[in-house]
Amino acid sequence: MAEEIKPDKIVDARGSFCPGPLMEMIKAYKQAKIGDVISVYSTDSGTKKDAAAWINKSGNQLIGVFDKNGYYEIEMKKVK
Amino acid sequence: MVDKASIVLASGTVDKLMAGSIIVSGAVANEMEVNVFVTFWALMEMRKNAGENTKLGVEGKGMEKQLFSIMKEKKVPSWKDTLKQAMEVGDVHVYGCAMFADLMGIGKDDLDPMIEEVIGVSQFVDMAKDSKMTLFI
Repeated sequence: MAEEIKPDKIVDARGSFCPGPLMEMIKAYKQAKIGDVISVYSTDSGTKKDAAAWINKSGNQLIGVFDKNGYYEIEMKKVK
Repeated sequence: MVDKASIVLASGTVDKLMAGSIIVSGAVANEMEVNVFVTFWALMEMRKNAGENTKLGVEGKGMEKQLFSIMKEKKVPSWKDTLKQAMEVGDVHVYGCAMFADLMGIGKDDLDPMIEEVIGVSQFVDMAKDSKMTLFI
């Protein structure tokens, strides 16, 4: 399991439904600088897969998906 | 060149409109350019004075009360809010159908500002013809 990194930006999308968390993550990604670490909190189980797939497909770095006891934290680094 | 998705929203029931707006979001997440053509009962729901939509399609008949109270309780965003969010994040254009607007005497000013323009079917088909994905909902 990858180590968690202190994020530059946290997107708290807990309670938000598909596709809310993913869209909020993309919005935060567009506003971020290269090298920024973004953390997304989500309670929506589909987001876990969707967000990880988006991060990989877009050529960014998936730091990890962490189970936080009641919600997930998806952590990414903007590399492009 | 970016991939394009073209979606016709024709049904005015919440189940279909919600599915449509979520798929628009999915297309945005896949970096597609999305053109949405809104006609018939979906266009009726795009009128500024449409009021709250609590309609479901035939399969959902009798389920309205239950479904809408669950959606309210879980704070599920409306299909319009989901579509708005997709428009903020990606390259999404929403057009009204000129034929149905004329038929019902609906002008652009009567429609939600999400509707960029009222256009004819040929203009939409021209946008749609080289799409990777086309849907009629």
